Amino acid sequence: MRNVWVICRKELHGYFVSPVAYLLLTMFAVIVGFFFWNALGYFILSAMESQLRGQTQPMNINEDIIRPVLSNVSVIGLFLIPVITMRLFAEEKRSGTIELLVTSPVTDVEIITGKWLAAVILYAVMLLVTAINFSFLFRYGNPDWKPLAIGYLGLLLQAGALLAIGTFISTLTRNQIIAGAATFGVCLLLWVLDWVSGYDQATWAKVLSYMSVITHFDSFSKGVLDTKDIIFYVSLAFLGLFFTARSMESLRWRS
Amino acid sequence: MITVTGLTKRYARNTAVDHITFEVQKGQIVGFLGPNGAGKTTTMRMLTCFLPPTDGTAVVAGFDVLEHPLEVKRRIGYLPETPPLYPEMSAAEYLEFVGKLKGLSGSELRQRIDYVTRRCNIDDVKHKLLGKLSKGYRQRVGLAQAIVHNPDVLILDEPTAGLDPKQINETRDLIKSLAGDHTIVLSTHILPEVEQTCEQVIIINKGKLVATDSVQHLQNRARGVESVLVEVAGRNGALDPLTVQRCLEQVAGSGRVIVKETRSDRSIFEVENRKERSIRSDLARAVVESGWDLNELRSAAMSLEEVFLELTREEAPAHAAPVEMAEKGAAQ
Repeated sequence: MRNVWVICRKELHGYFVSPVAYLLLTMFAVIVGFFFWNALGYFILSAMESQLRGQTQPMNINEDIIRPVLSNVSVIGLFLIPVITMRLFAEEKRSGTIELLVTSPVTDVEIITGKWLAAVILYAVMLLVTAINFSFLFRYGNPDWKPLAIGYLGLLLQAGALLAIGTFISTLTRNQIIAGAATFGVCLLLWVLDWVSGYDQATWAKVLSYMSVITHFDSFSKGVLDTKDIIFYVSLAFLGLFFTARSMESLRWRS
Repeated sequence: MITVTGLTKRYARNTAVDHITFEVQKGQIVGFLGPNGAGKTTTMRMLTCFLPPTDGTAVVAGFDVLEHPLEVKRRIGYLPETPPLYPEMSAAEYLEFVGKLKGLSGSELRQRIDYVTRRCNIDDVKHKLLGKLSKGYRQRVGLAQAIVHNPDVLILDEPTAGLDPKQINETRDLIKSLAGDHTIVLSTHILPEVEQTCEQVIIINKGKLVATDSVQHLQNRARGVESVLVEVAGRNGALDPLTVQRCLEQVAGSGRVIVKETRSDRSIFEVENRKERSIRSDLARAVVESGWDLNELRSAAMSLEEVFLELTREEAPAHAAPVEMAEKGAAQ
């Protein structure tokens, strides 16, 4: 466990002394802020309209602002995750520092877990920055905090799974660009897989739709904690890390 | 300290290391010598548990590299060909990271970092980013990294490659000064380096072990086959090299005679000295008595370099054959 932390701290150091972390934080904050601002704008407009028409339909901040914004955050995450993971192993392979890690008295699992954990922590910090937006809702309104917390938990779980896949892809090459592009492709595919359910209900379409990471986020954004979705994300993360371990092992046999 | 038996590394298409067997005693400096691509790095990577061997065993500091890799890794320090540095870290941060990675902590970690920065002379660049250091400093930080956890065995892959002559000398001195506390294996393709720094040498070529001996022994062995270079000129212009060759062969104690160079009026011969004492005076007398002029006569003691070339050539008959044929052709 100590070794995991040593590696994790080194990775975080790498993120935060280079512009990578700040670039990601800024981009994420600006884009999510923009989505929040839009959602808020629509909410205020429709609130005024319904007042003008004299309707007394209740409006819900959780349903009308938090839920759509969280769904958007989960999609934006897909685009930024490759940037977080692409350097993890590719850079070490390119510069030869992987030899230092592998010949040190730490296990592969410790190295992989440490690196993945650092990626998850960076993403968590990014999420934390977006939470500032929602804090305004609590200041001026009275949304329910539980669905929001569950939504954030879902975002973190989803990111954990995708970051594990990105970590795996990073072990396959010594070129960061290739690692990033391939991870981006996979993330995008895992997002759009769900679209087949729009026109087909056959078994294969259901399977593809099930594999989409976005489908499983729906329940979280509604504030529903569904075991099957948690299991999906956790097992996807395990699968990614398992492949990473196998890939590192094969690295030694081939190199 | 290191026992290697039948160590082999095969890839899909080629065999990088082929049944190498050798032993290294505690506290020794051993030079791992071979031309580029001989399998030095692959062997070192197997000793450091970076690559698993296809066949054979390697026991480092009492532990098998395949069965107890963590125990081996705890006891080795490794400097790969390019020092494994993170450009965004300062030397101090880097050494702290490596120290922790190797299992040090607390005051022990701080003491060791202080010790290795002094030992490797990197005090003045301690707070500089590694990416901004010169090649010589990078190499020294690499060395500091390798010894930070006070390992029993140090494995250095071409530690002087790419340094300027002054830095090479400094690095060699540093390595020599480390010998008492650590058993050191260093690889190189530069021969004088082995002669200057190492006590024992392991020569490999094309993945095969060619020779393993002490440097002293190899040099003696080299002197054992001393040969003499003789330059002979004809008195009235023309000179028949074949006649001279036959004459030189008849001198008591001379072995093979090779014509090295022929011009119109003079030729250079290389005569193998088979006798205990020098045959130079006998050769001189034979040349002068036959009516030729003796322009030059000097002993061509084989350097370690020639021994090395000789040994690495023997192991590759396919390549050696045409060379020998050419020599015979020239001799006849």
